[in-house]
Amino acid sequence: MTNTKPPIWRDYRFWQIAVQCIAVILVIAIVATLWMNLNRNLQQLGMKFGFDFLQQEASFDIGETLVNYKPTDTYILALLVGLINSLRVAIAGILLTTIVGTTAGIASLFDNWLVRNISLVYVEVFRNTPLLLQLLFWYFGVFLVFPKVENKFYVWGLIHLSQNGIELPGFTFSPEFSTLLLGLTFYTGAFIAEIVRGGIKSLPKGQWEAGLSLGLKPTLLMRLVIFPQALRVIIPPLTSQYLNLTKNSSLAIAIGYPDIYFVASTTFNQTGKAVEVMILIMLTYLTLSLIISLMMNLLNRSVQIKER
Amino acid sequence: MNKVTWLRKNLFSTWYNTLLTIICLYFLFWIVKGCLFWAFHQAQWQVIPVNLHLFLVGRFLQSLYWRIWIVLGIITILSLITLSLFTKKSNIIKGRFSQSITPWIAPIWLLSFPINIWLIGGGFGLQSVSTNLWNGLLLTLLMAIVSIVLSFPIGVILALGRTSNLFLTRWFSILYIEIVRGLPMIGILFIAQVMLPLFLPTELRLDPLIRGIAGLVLFSAAYMAENVRGGLQSIPRGQTEASKALGFNTPLVVILIILPQALRAVIPAIVGQFISLFKDTSLLSLVGLVELTGIARSILAQPQFLGRYAEVYIFIGLIYWLFCYSMSLASRKLEKQLGN
Repeated sequence: MTNTKPPIWRDYRFWQIAVQCIAVILVIAIVATLWMNLNRNLQQLGMKFGFDFLQQEASFDIGETLVNYKPTDTYILALLVGLINSLRVAIAGILLTTIVGTTAGIASLFDNWLVRNISLVYVEVFRNTPLLLQLLFWYFGVFLVFPKVENKFYVWGLIHLSQNGIELPGFTFSPEFSTLLLGLTFYTGAFIAEIVRGGIKSLPKGQWEAGLSLGLKPTLLMRLVIFPQALRVIIPPLTSQYLNLTKNSSLAIAIGYPDIYFVASTTFNQTGKAVEVMILIMLTYLTLSLIISLMMNLLNRSVQIKER
Repeated sequence: MNKVTWLRKNLFSTWYNTLLTIICLYFLFWIVKGCLFWAFHQAQWQVIPVNLHLFLVGRFLQSLYWRIWIVLGIITILSLITLSLFTKKSNIIKGRFSQSITPWIAPIWLLSFPINIWLIGGGFGLQSVSTNLWNGLLLTLLMAIVSIVLSFPIGVILALGRTSNLFLTRWFSILYIEIVRGLPMIGILFIAQVMLPLFLPTELRLDPLIRGIAGLVLFSAAYMAENVRGGLQSIPRGQTEASKALGFNTPLVVILIILPQALRAVIPAIVGQFISLFKDTSLLSLVGLVELTGIARSILAQPQFLGRYAEVYIFIGLIYWLFCYSMSLASRKLEKQLGN
């Protein structure tokens, strides 16, 4: 029997290289075809790929700005205003939703039947309806039927509600901002409540029993023993909820809050630069996602068990 | 346990529980009173029954509703058969017949799909119905189901790519998955509606419905990939090693050994993804498709229903809720069954 080499297709290294080559060729072919089509289509439309349009005058107004902006400013500044508006709603939303979600999550573990079930109903109602619908409902169904500014009404003497939005002592929030903030907060809060509940329930019963037998009061036991341990389970899925909230803030376009997506969309409508605008949106959201992930990873590292 | 002890135990066990109960009761009373007052004295519900057919099937031709009924009938019968096959208690179909039909159930579902589309859309002897007349709940369900089915194979391939030890395929998969997951869905739908025609040959004019499905599939596939990856990683390495030792080559190991186990483990996660995709179809109304949310908006634009926002949105919210909640209950049940 001669010791012949096995045929090449019997060699797994050959297949490893072959499969990767096929994948690369496939991807390059797809990208090249799409790129050629794009160039041809843009030529037919008489447009050229490029970001020069950003220096042009935006000539549209933005309802809510934190920095000085007027329609004669450039598209760059308009997009920046949008970005700041996005960040404002995302940061406020993350803070509020954490409070709402954690409260609802802990409430669903109370031994009080009524509290437990209110929390349960909240979670099931808000989790199982589309966020867009909730936003439309809050905006058109609730905020726009509030009384006019002249006869605004008061809640607890401090908060004024009217068609002009929510007025707190020292602050005024527009109806668009308030709707988006409340909608995102309660929608994401329902998911966070489930995460918090799952995290706390994942701890073995012995932790509660040991804490109680040491004489800790329930509130102290929660704060010192249960919650720090539950955080390890809670933080990773919490991160993805924060990311979802940030991405979902782009639904602002449905109710006319000028966030980055809204401004970019207006920019596209005026300039027709679909590809460039989309690249800008992509970069913005990917950067935001990356920043949130990094920060949450740092937080995650600080709550993990430290073993020597 | 009688009522008094139940009340004492669950609502008034300590002083702070009593306090909480009283606060909650007050809060509930306040909300329920406001809602009931609004629902019976201020709301005008006529907008719902008058437009019920619009909510359900939109501007679909009324003379052709029988076709929708047949589709509904096919789906109901198939679902009943499937349910009775997979729940042990039921005794509608028993014994040998059930055994002989089990392997056919998946192909029958697949086959029923083009038949249903044919019944809805017409052509081949039936009067054809243009896709811009497919509206309302019909379109919502259609988009969600088609997209989840189509995104499944792409998701599996991406998941396999991401977990493979081939450097380039792994990085392509990671790149795709992470970019899509980093973008808001409305952005993906925008890409599909506005940019896809720019990237395709000019001769190819895609129906807005197809572009909508393309957007949903592009989006959903990345999330599907992550779900499937979870299942793949839950399979112990020993499975691969054992099958390699038996002489299977890599594709066979994946198809025959790993995937069946991994996919079984991720069924609940896929149901969860379907629920969120079902909710996300509402975003299609922002890119001009008239599904359930879209039809609600166009009904509200009619002058005689101006300002009936709350009534309409509560009604369609209820429809979304019923579907999502029943699916999440079913998924929990499924999870328990799979766990055993």
